[in-house]
Amino acid sequence: MTAGLSVLQTCALSLLVFTGASQFAFVGVIAAGGAPLSGAMTAILLGTRNTLYGLRMAPLLQWSGLRRVAAAQILIDESTAMAVNRGSTPAARIGFLSTGLAVFVLWNAATTAGAPAGTAMGDPRTFGLDAAVGAAFPALLWPRLSDRRNPVVAVLATAVALGPVPFTAAGVPVLAAGGVALLAGALTRPRERS
Amino acid sequence: MWLAIVVAALGCYALKLAGLSLPTRVLGNPVVERIADFIPVALLAALIAVQVWSDGPSLTVDARTAGPGFAVVALLLRAPFLVVVIGAAVVAALIRLV
Repeated sequence: MTAGLSVLQTCALSLLVFTGASQFAFVGVIAAGGAPLSGAMTAILLGTRNTLYGLRMAPLLQWSGLRRVAAAQILIDESTAMAVNRGSTPAARIGFLSTGLAVFVLWNAATTAGAPAGTAMGDPRTFGLDAAVGAAFPALLWPRLSDRRNPVVAVLATAVALGPVPFTAAGVPVLAAGGVALLAGALTRPRERS
Repeated sequence: MWLAIVVAALGCYALKLAGLSLPTRVLGNPVVERIADFIPVALLAALIAVQVWSDGPSLTVDARTAGPGFAVVALLLRAPFLVVVIGAAVVAALIRLV
């Protein structure tokens, strides 16, 4: 792929990592010239939200053993969203499985089709694809901004990330911005329930 | 590169499985919950900034700024994800043409 990943590596990301924001982050850090492992760290940090989804989904799905091990791979934004509001365990399982599997198949099919195309295309800047990545992240961020503290965190994180760009290795600024989340979480007061 | 992919895959999977396996009361800790809410916001914002306004070690403003610029307008108009992403690419490509 154009960021410096092979077609096989891009497909492996979709198949094995399978959580969109983390994959984009991984590719984003590497495209910016970052070390592969700092890309992986950023991807893992972004993956923490799936843990929260899991905490919310576990009592609903009530799976154990092998089923839980398998279900974990398709525990993502979409499958959680389609299951979390169901009233019963069977309904939640249906919502979770159908959405999770459908997204898994489509996502990997799209990657398999898209990755060789990316290689064949040449310089991605001609098609504005570097700007497309800059647009994909706002689209992922957008739904979260309704909590009024999140825009503040976002602005602070932007500043913290841009500050060290001139004198640190690529990938470090993004991880530094993760520190904003830690600080904000530790220092802010509990959310007011309205 | 493969090592990083395996690390990312194992890490992301472990986080998913942990969520399904941990007792629910971990969420009861308000600090943990808030940090977990803030992490994606901070990282996504930082990724946007670095992706759009840095070029190697220097800070720059160029056609890429059209990406988040277009995205914000499109999102305000409630455009779907693909329209946002493809539209931003088209706008940036057009800016580079002129």
